[in-house]
Amino acid sequence: MFRYEVPEGAQLIRVWINGKEWQVPEGLTMVQAMWHTGHEVIHGIGCLGGVCGACAAVYRMPGDFHLYNALACQTLVKADMAFSLIASFPSQRANYNIETLPDPKEGLFELYPESATCRNCNACTEVCPQGIDVRDSVWRAVFGDFKTVTEETMSCVMCGLCVSRCIAEMAPHEIALYARRAYGARELPFPENLKVRLEAVHAGSYDADLDRLGGLDPNLLKKECETK
Amino acid sequence: MTASGGLSSNPYDHVPSLDPSDPPKIEGSERQNLLSRYYPDYRPEHKSTLRVGCNKGDVVPDEISQILESRSLLETKVDRMVPKEPDADVDLLIIGGGGAGMTAALFAQESGAKVLLATKLRVGDSNTVMAEGGIQVALGGDDSPVNHFKDAYRGGHFVGKPDLLSVLVKEGPDVIGWLVRKGVLFDRDSSGNLSLRKGGGTSRPRLISAKDYTGLEIVRVLKEDLLNSGVAIWEFAPAVELLQGPEGSCAGAVFRDVDSGKLKWVKAKSVLLATGGTGRLHIGSFATSNHFGATGDGLVMAYRLGAGLINMDSFQYHPTGVIYPSEMAGMLITEAVRGAGARLYNKSGKRFVPELETRDVVAAAIIRECEEGRGVRTPAGHFGVYLDLASIDRDMGEGTVSKRFPNIVKLMGKHQVDCTVQPILVYPTLHYQNGGVTTDTMGHTSVPHLYVAGEVSGGVHGKNRLMGNSLLEVFVYGRRVGMIASEEAQKRNPFSWHEVSVTHVERFENELEREFPGTHLSEAPLLFPDYRNHPDNALA
Ligand SMILES: Cc1cc2nc3c(=O)[nH]c(=O)nc-3n(C[C@H](O)[C@H](O)[C@H](O)COP(=O)(O)OP(=O)(O)OC[C@H]3O[C@@H](n4cnc5c(N)ncnc54)[C@H](O)[C@@H]3O)c2cc1C
Ligand code: SF4
Ligand code: SF4
Ligand code: FES
Repeated sequence: MFRYEVPEGAQLIRVWINGKEWQVPEGLTMVQAMWHTGHEVIHGIGCLGGVCGACAAVYRMPGDFHLYNALACQTLVKADMAFSLIASFPSQRANYNIETLPDPKEGLFELYPESATCRNCNACTEVCPQGIDVRDSVWRAVFGDFKTVTEETMSCVMCGLCVSRCIAEMAPHEIALYARRAYGARELPFPENLKVRLEAVHAGSYDADLDRLGGLDPNLLKKECETK
Repeated sequence: MTASGGLSSNPYDHVPSLDPSDPPKIEGSERQNLLSRYYPDYRPEHKSTLRVGCNKGDVVPDEISQILESRSLLETKVDRMVPKEPDADVDLLIIGGGGAGMTAALFAQESGAKVLLATKLRVGDSNTVMAEGGIQVALGGDDSPVNHFKDAYRGGHFVGKPDLLSVLVKEGPDVIGWLVRKGVLFDRDSSGNLSLRKGGGTSRPRLISAKDYTGLEIVRVLKEDLLNSGVAIWEFAPAVELLQGPEGSCAGAVFRDVDSGKLKWVKAKSVLLATGGTGRLHIGSFATSNHFGATGDGLVMAYRLGAGLINMDSFQYHPTGVIYPSEMAGMLITEAVRGAGARLYNKSGKRFVPELETRDVVAAAIIRECEEGRGVRTPAGHFGVYLDLASIDRDMGEGTVSKRFPNIVKLMGKHQVDCTVQPILVYPTLHYQNGGVTTDTMGHTSVPHLYVAGEVSGGVHGKNRLMGNSLLEVFVYGRRVGMIASEEAQKRNPFSWHEVSVTHVERFENELEREFPGTHLSEAPLLFPDYRNHPDNALA
């Protein structure tokens, strides 16, 4: 049976999970520490690989007034850490069709009018577990610089932690998603190499060859495919 | 500083000097020898012969026979009593909200069908969101779908199904166009073309990607459209059993709501299984790259209803899974890093396999190094080899690794490994189910009105999948089968709820009782792996 191993010689440390005190070996992630203490975690786990954003968590360290955030599947517990999962944070999502939207730049203000109300507190940037300059991305979106939004926010895992902190009550990650899609679908030209290949496929250029290969007896097919 | 900080024996304390000389070449018959001695599929241990069901006689890993020859989660008579009315009645029921399920739902909805998509976690929590490397699509001037076909057929050891492959390579460009028009941001070259990169086992550069966030980028976009589409969605609702209709057909499914524990019954004219893979079964005790819900549930449910499976002895152990720091065990380091020039070294700092060999060959070589004493020992007592990314920066310019693989750099960084200068310790990780439910080019299974798409299906990749062909399969077949299944649903002869039952479950269990009299068999589908503090769990 497979197990997530505790490193040899790991010391026990004290942590608080959802407000309750536990002893766990060091070297575990927050999620593993929850398993270790018998918690069944379903809301709050998706990929276990740091990309799905299901495992948003908040934590504090003693003697430190800061409230920290993390992805619980990727963050190691530390001695005296107190943490909780926030498996879902509600936010507004616009309903639109990116392909037919008349003017994507104007569209932002219709779909997300609150995007223009950023108060520059920078809380979103400070909270982002992916290290994204979220505040800047909101401003760039408002100014119509969707290209820069794209570059800044590509690693967003949609965990919603920025929403939990925004004093203007907006959903910066949804705004960024909109801006990225508008950039990809409406600003960038359709890629020429794909266009050319699509035309050839639709003209049936490969049908005869593929049909022939598909009709070969397995030994002949193997022979044809053997060399690169 | 490294992840284990003050802990005992840190494998980063004694990294040897890495000798860049070429690794030994692997010639003809050597490749086969290497595979049969070291690749888990070909080794005799931990295998059993199926005794029940339509694949009776097939040899499969123990973990697969355990889930296939298992008891139902509908344990009692009460559980099996069909309620007076179904909780939902739809044209197309899609089980699984990964890439294949989402794509199918969008196309089915567009065709006017009444669609319900039910999934185990949240929509998009899947193997699809984790895909890093990219998608194969033949766009190069000197490339074509025909070359793509040949590479995939060769890569699959000449047992992939040619008709499935033809569809895959021919419809590939269409689905990529669909994604691009939705605003999915695949990397571009300076002239605005989709950038094409080289992957293992292919004759031409053919891999398109969105940095190393390919799956995430696609899922963010498709999920937004799906949630806005009007498709009915049930989250945290794993399917536990399919429903049987007239003449052995499929007629819906039973779900168990995670929060209320209640069973929910769905009547459907067509059912599309898009439940993905099996990594979380930890076949052969391997760690896995897969998401939390990859427990092979679709295989179990389909098999009980009488659907045939193919190539269930064939799994992909991705050569480069993280083995240290141990809390990251199984996490994938994409093959694209080897495409870009990353190198593998054993304990003595020697290269031991050409890094761009097919995945199975590279994985077998790593296992060989570790079993023959040339692996690096981790504090948890496992062995691995070094995967060095620093050579990428040396060959292609400082900063290339951070630019092309920001996610890997970020994730390793969270565990105090700076992979732009330090090698990563890797060992093969259970990654992909090559086989699955037998299907044709329309997504049909051997059970009428039961369809499959994506990783749960088998046949197209033969016995080894090349990088990038799986995502392509997910979108090509998701689209195609989504449309076909809803069209055939609308044409299906009406049947009543009274004709629907789970008698196939009883039939299957009777067969089990005859073959394994008095034996305690475990329950399946597994739904969620359990890593909690049990007596046999090392975390205890
Ligand atoms: C880390 C990683 C990297 C990868 N990189 C690449 C790559 O670069 N290129 C490539 O081509 N391929 C890659 N792959 C493979 C590829 O991502 C998958 O094969 C593919 O995404 C599978 O898609 P799917 O829709 O069939 O399954 P999934 O995306 O896994 O979706 C299946 C869904 O069904 C749900 N489900 C499961 N059981 C049930 C149930 N009982 N009831 C309801 N819902 C259920 C799951 O929770 C999940 O949401 C990678 C895979 C992994 C894990
Ligand atoms: S931008 Fe917001 S949603 Fe995206 S990763 Fe950062 S905190 Fe999470
Ligand atoms: S948290 Fe909200 S108000 Fe503050 S900087 Fe970010 S977007 Fe602006
Ligand atoms: S579980 Fe997906 S990011 Fe943590």
